[in-house]
Amino acid sequence: MAPSVGTVSPKIERFTDPLVLRSGASLRDYQLVYETYGELNAQRSNAVLVCHALNASHHVAGKSAEPPHAEGWWDNLVGPGKPLDTRRFFVIGVNNLGSCFGSTGPMHDNPDTGRPYGADFPVVTVEDWVDAQARLLDALGIERLAAVIGGSLGGMQALSWTLQHPQRVAHAVVIASAPNLSAQNIAFNEVARRAIVTDPDFHGGHFYAHGVVPGRGLRVARMIGHITYLSDDVMEQRFGRELRAAELAYSTQDIEFQIESYLRYQGDKFSEYFDANTYLLITRALDYFDPAREFGGDLSAALERARARFLVVSFTTDWRFSPLRSREIVKALLDNGRDVSYAEIDAPHGHDAFLLDDPRYHSLVRAYFENLSS
Amino acid sequence: MSQRKDMLRIAELVPKGSRVLDLGCGDGSLLAMLRDERECRGYGVELDDAAVLECVKRGVNVIQRNLEEGLSIFEDDSFDVVLQLDTLQNLRNTEAMLRETARVGRIGIVSFPNFAHWPNRLNVLRGRMPVTKTLPYQWYDTPNIRVGTFADFEVLARKNGLRVLEAFGLHNGEVVRRAPNLLASTAVFKFESG
Repeated sequence: MAPSVGTVSPKIERFTDPLVLRSGASLRDYQLVYETYGELNAQRSNAVLVCHALNASHHVAGKSAEPPHAEGWWDNLVGPGKPLDTRRFFVIGVNNLGSCFGSTGPMHDNPDTGRPYGADFPVVTVEDWVDAQARLLDALGIERLAAVIGGSLGGMQALSWTLQHPQRVAHAVVIASAPNLSAQNIAFNEVARRAIVTDPDFHGGHFYAHGVVPGRGLRVARMIGHITYLSDDVMEQRFGRELRAAELAYSTQDIEFQIESYLRYQGDKFSEYFDANTYLLITRALDYFDPAREFGGDLSAALERARARFLVVSFTTDWRFSPLRSREIVKALLDNGRDVSYAEIDAPHGHDAFLLDDPRYHSLVRAYFENLSS
Repeated sequence: MSQRKDMLRIAELVPKGSRVLDLGCGDGSLLAMLRDERECRGYGVELDDAAVLECVKRGVNVIQRNLEEGLSIFEDDSFDVVLQLDTLQNLRNTEAMLRETARVGRIGIVSFPNFAHWPNRLNVLRGRMPVTKTLPYQWYDTPNIRVGTFADFEVLARKNGLRVLEAFGLHNGEVVRRAPNLLASTAVFKFESG
């Protein structure tokens, strides 16, 4: 058993200075929930910000102090002696605005109405998240990050950091990410959103008042997501055509195949803890992210501002955020002569690989951080 | 030791402060040397996982890519020097690669095992494929799918309109300028697009 950062408790930072969002709306009186691991050094130069993806949170590493004492979502990567070594770095995990894990989101009361925001929570973008994260760093007295790291949507935040605050980031580690979503990717998100919005229990996003949750929609949304996070090969390996019972039941609605059982289980689990409005908001943030947009689609022009050194990593079997998309980021950095290393890890697991403990992947991240600290 | 001396000889061909691209950069030691001793900066391209990791450990920029897939990720003339050391002979599309090298860089530097080195000739005369320090493989397991000679490269360079700036042989870390096609185990060419 690898060492862990141990038992951790979240902290809360409250902000009263309104945050103006890209949509034009603004949030006043908001809070960010975060966790930290390791010690900030005297020069305040060893901070590493970890950005989370769709369904994760500030709880990156260690065991949560509160039941059910969940393990952090990137505990295999972050901890003492781990690739992102908390004996050297002060690691910060922050829950993004609009989420359902403590930072201000649709389940919180709207100060204007005294009722939960629900569907009225303003649309937030990757850029808004980065702005909020920057304010948290201000509050923590951290002027410049040694590194920002994230996978998938988290990688988009890491990339955005280098564009929004080029002077505040020394290194960016962008894993299994993309410079924007493809049409196919937006399409998956839209199917998930329609499943939620058309659930009769959704009530236009104000279901809290009705004491229900659009669980059916959330389940389907999660099932679709889950399919896209796995590679065809890994699904075949894990489930194949395996049946749940010895004999066929000749039923159109009962579970016949193990893959159905697995997806329903994942959907059920997810619908119990995830908020439907948050799912809509976060998938929308994914859809909107496109730093090249204001440069007529020219990503190289968009990344001209970046000053950080980059490590970009993709996984060969990831079809949701394919290596092709990571290479676009790499090319744009090369066009600008920026420092970048790029690795394409031949892992079988698809998009989920970024969360898993693949030795080639982890050695690479470890080597990158070791070099960065020396 | 002679490998390091070979590397030094080649590093000397790279002007100080150059932007360099090292195709098939291996563990990145040449790039690290060029960075530390000649104030160069740039990138390596490498396919092998272990070598990519070594590059990252050295703090050398590396792009993991199969050279057979081309250099479309690099723009025209984006480098002062493009190095292609001990790599050309492993590629199926040698000529296309050479043209790509000339496209992305102002100066190209290539090295490859000289098949016309006299011990190799002797081996072939005896009816056997050569197995030497520079060509350590058996015919059935060699990654060297393109075997060429010092003299052959001169012809290929001319055919592709490349102007040879410097050409010499290397053997045991020493520069061979006299009859390199016969006396050198490795051929080195520095050229620019004509």
